[in-house]
Amino acid sequence: MADTRLGHTKERFMVGIYDHEDKVVDAVKKLKNDGVKVYEVYSPHPIHHIDTYIGHPRTRIPIAAFLFGALGTLSAITLITYTMGIDWPMIIGGKNFVAIPTMVPVTFELTVLISALGMVATFLVSNNMGPGKKEFMFDRRTTDDKYALVVDLDANTLSEEQIRDLMVKYGAETDPLPRIVER
Amino acid sequence: MAAEHTVTVDVNEKYTLTAATQKKIWLWLAVGLILFIAGAFWFVTGFGSEAAHGAGHAAEHGGGGGEHFNPMARVWANLWLNSVFFVGIAVAGVFFLATQYAAKAGWSAIIKRVPEAFGGFLPVGGVIMLVVYFLGHHDLFHWTHTGLYEKGGPEFDAIINGKAPFFYWPLSPEGGFPFFWLLRLVLYFALWYWGYTMIRKASLAEDQLQNRLDFRYYDKQVVWSIVFIVIFAVTSSTSAWDWLLSIDTHWFSTMFGWYVFASWFVSALAVITLAVVYLKEQGYLKAVNENHLHDLGKFMFAFSIFWTYVWFCQFLLIYYANIPEEIFYFKERLHGLGGVYSPVMIILAIINFAFPFLFLMPRDSKRHPIFLKITAFAILVGHYLDFYLMVMPGTAKQYGGFGLMEIGAIIVFASLFVWLFYRTLSKAPLIAKNHPMLEESLHHSI
Repeated sequence: MADTRLGHTKERFMVGIYDHEDKVVDAVKKLKNDGVKVYEVYSPHPIHHIDTYIGHPRTRIPIAAFLFGALGTLSAITLITYTMGIDWPMIIGGKNFVAIPTMVPVTFELTVLISALGMVATFLVSNNMGPGKKEFMFDRRTTDDKYALVVDLDANTLSEEQIRDLMVKYGAETDPLPRIVER
Repeated sequence: MAAEHTVTVDVNEKYTLTAATQKKIWLWLAVGLILFIAGAFWFVTGFGSEAAHGAGHAAEHGGGGGEHFNPMARVWANLWLNSVFFVGIAVAGVFFLATQYAAKAGWSAIIKRVPEAFGGFLPVGGVIMLVVYFLGHHDLFHWTHTGLYEKGGPEFDAIINGKAPFFYWPLSPEGGFPFFWLLRLVLYFALWYWGYTMIRKASLAEDQLQNRLDFRYYDKQVVWSIVFIVIFAVTSSTSAWDWLLSIDTHWFSTMFGWYVFASWFVSALAVITLAVVYLKEQGYLKAVNENHLHDLGKFMFAFSIFWTYVWFCQFLLIYYANIPEEIFYFKERLHGLGGVYSPVMIILAIINFAFPFLFLMPRDSKRHPIFLKITAFAILVGHYLDFYLMVMPGTAKQYGGFGLMEIGAIIVFASLFVWLFYRTLSKAPLIAKNHPMLEESLHHSI
């Protein structure tokens, strides 16, 4: 049931609040068993393996880290070769203009720097985060002591009532009941 | 975390060293001995004809003592190199165990009996080292030549004379008995074995406890592990100076202790990984899962990089400064001595750094035994070559090489190590059933 009044599609979510890590992990597994697709779990702290329970694919950030690292290595080698060997050759300590051992420290530093900065940038971009961006929050209490289990209603075939009942059955807080949030 | 699935573990499982396995190890030992003796015999008897050709080289490079080269030097050097390498693996294995206790680590509780069994090699290694010293000290250590200390004599060497107390205190160097040096050698083994025995004793006593909530022996192991780490922090450096740095008596490097420690530790991690994977393949340690292997893989990965860092730092500073009294060490290894050792430095950079770094980087390769086996084996080969490069140029000079003798010596020491490892392993259950963090280790998941 997409709402198009504001010119863009609104997605509808069912948000259940849980008060313990074990309860929310348990609920995710049981909902999955019942054929409910879980959209996301929001938690004040990292929960081990929650991504595999939800069914998220494995993160590809290590690939980004490797590629950015390789970029750093290459740019360091290019920089040193160009500045020390081509643009302004200088004799330092009687070594060759482009001596491989002397390149190692700078190459290492640039590899680590570009890899780290690139990884952070990738993370921010892929999560739609960053300076000035306003994060949509399903429930503010997930930054404090509550756990929110979010189900995308459009992605599931079960009705709202059925999903709400299942959430409550698996330990969601009943006061208030799991509610619908639009985004 | 995953509280609902339980892992069952057979806490009384013991490794049995069968007669067949024992026979196989003895057979390897015999094969190694035959290769070693044949290679040594071949080299020593064939040396006369080679020496004429080698004399020119010696004059050319001015290698100290090259003109009086005794072919037995390469034989002793092989024995010394392998004893240092395998003793290092044994003591670094115990050190790994100690770090796990000092950090109160949980994940390693089910594999802790593996490094704990490494200590069994220590007394044997100590005896071998003493014997090799008394047989071959003249060819291994330049500083044992008493002529170096006779003021006004033809061989007098002011630099080595200045270092004399480090070897001979409180005796006079001309007497030729390096009391202080030998005292240290004996002390290292005594201290290491003492620390190891105290940890082991508490570990075995823990198995007999009736009440799992009694942490008496666990606490004891933590305390003794910290004692062992303090001892090893000092002795790992000093033993590296004594056993390896003193071969090139004129040379010195402040990085050397760390560098040798890094090499020992990463080799020990490779042996631990190989042992765990092999035991699992044999049907033991069923509770070890890919998460434990992942951690071992991360250790190998990290300490390969650590070794590279220390190894390269030592090289870079000396290369940049280019001071004659330091640089000759690397000149010998990279270009000198007839070029026998030239390829080894490059091989080290590839096999000890580039290969484990790139091969173990993906998560999946740390979680599959086959990748771990390949890397662990490569690391062992690479770090053997690392020690080879520390020992051989100073002892075997330009007559070094890699032949039957080297292969034989590796096989002899490796089978001895494996035999003593299995013997110690079979004396206690494979799982420390009263380890307070055993449950955490069984559910280890990363």
